[in-house]
Formats: sequence, structure tokens, C-alpha cells
Amino acid sequence: MSVARRVRLKTYVMIVLMVVFGPTGDALLREGMKQTGGVALTSVRSIFEGLERGFQNDIVWMGMLSLIIFFVCYLLVLSWADYSFVGPASAISYAVVTFLGWVALGETVPSLRWVGVLVICLGVFLVGHTPTRTTPETQ
Amino acid sequence: MMRVWLLLAVVVLAGTGGEVAVTRAMKQIGEVHQFHPRALLRVLGRAMLVKWMWLGLGLLAMAFFSLLALLSWENVSYVVPLTALSYVVGALMAKLFLGEEVDHIRWLGVLLVVVGVVLVAVG
Repeated sequence: MSVARRVRLKTYVMIVLMVVFGPTGDALLREGMKQTGGVALTSVRSIFEGLERGFQNDIVWMGMLSLIIFFVCYLLVLSWADYSFVGPASAISYAVVTFLGWVALGETVPSLRWVGVLVICLGVFLVGHTPTRTTPETQ
Repeated sequence: MMRVWLLLAVVVLAGTGGEVAVTRAMKQIGEVHQFHPRALLRVLGRAMLVKWMWLGLGLLAMAFFSLLALLSWENVSYVVPLTALSYVVGALMAKLFLGEEVDHIRWLGVLLVVVGVVLVAVG
């Protein structure tokens, strides 16, 4: 396998991991914070109280763990790939989340959202056809 | 209303600025080749010694808490379309501060992603 192909494959693997752990973490965090009553931004004290309630919830912690895994994958991929490649390419998560919601949870997806998914896929396809790295190697 | 726009600006600018700083730190570390846990811990440890990483993490934390605050006031379907602007700001910053080549195809891809994310969030 050529170097460029190996780097591209590595990049795609990391993006897949990001797409799995990012939205999962977001969803868990959202659910957990909802369960604990959210954060009221009326005063500094109420913010800390809201966060403290959140930190006592297991789902919030699971969400944070998932987001940490997401972030480590993000850091790793940025050690070799362009930020302007990885950023837009990982937007494929919107398409995956919509599709999974439709298939697994039987959510009704409005047609406008399907158009959005299609446009995102097209955008990611185009970004995917540019080089994964355009800056010189540092080491 | 004013505070919503202000926080939104923080989310977009601190978010992309943080990611650019983190990218700079990771490029300084160099391409990661080994992925077993101990090697990964070593990489993360080295990354923590880079100043750009701390600047990046600080900005990202700022963006994260601003987003959290924003989401507690406003609906997701209102906030997410606006934060989609980050893709454009990010590509711009990558070009300016990281020297990445954003060619026509990549720009078109970025713009389509923005339009798509807006449609998904609004739809």
C-alpha cells in the first residue's frame, strides 16, 4: 500500500470512530443533563449548582467518557491530516445520525432533512476527493 | 437576544480557534504511527507539553460551556444551523494559520456541508 493510501485509510478509520463516539457522547450528555434539570443561567451560583447536579448523573459521565474517546481520535487524526479535511468530513455524522434515527428508532424524518443529508454527503464526497494532507511533514 | 449572538460568536470563534491551535500542537508532535494504549498515552503526554495544546484546550472549553449555555436558552434547531458557520471559519483559519491548501473542490465541499447541516437542523 502506498504511503498516501495508508494515510487516507488511517484518516477514514479515525473519522468513523469520531462519528461513532461524538454523537453518542452528545446524546448521552444531553439526556443526562435533561434528567438532572439542566443548567439555569440566572446566576453564577445556579450555573455551578446545575453543573454539580449533572456531575452526579451516570449518563452524564458516560457521555463525557464517549466524548473523551472522540476527542483523542480527533487529536490523533489531526497529527497527520488537514484540519480543513477532517472538520467537514466528520460532518457525515449528521447523515449517520439521521439515518440511524430513521432505521433504528423509527423516527419520521422530514423531506427537508433528507435533502440536507444528501447535500452533506455530496459535500463530504467532494472534501474526500481532496488530499488528506497539504502541509509539509514536521518530523 | 444580544447575549445569544455574543455567545454564538464565542462558540464559533473560540471553537474553531481552539481546534486550529490543537491542530498546530498535534502537527508539532508529528504523525502518530503506533496505536497501542501505552504509545497513545505517550503521545498525549507529549502533546500536553506543547503550549498550543493548552491554548487550544482553553478555547475549546470556553466554546463548549458557551454552547451548553446557548442550548439551555435556545432550541437545538435554532443553534445548530448558526454554528454550522464554523465550517467556513475553520477552513479560512486553516488556510491562514496552518498553511493548509483549501482548493476549489474543498471549498465547494465545505459550503455544501454548511448548507446541508442547516437543512438537517431546520428540517
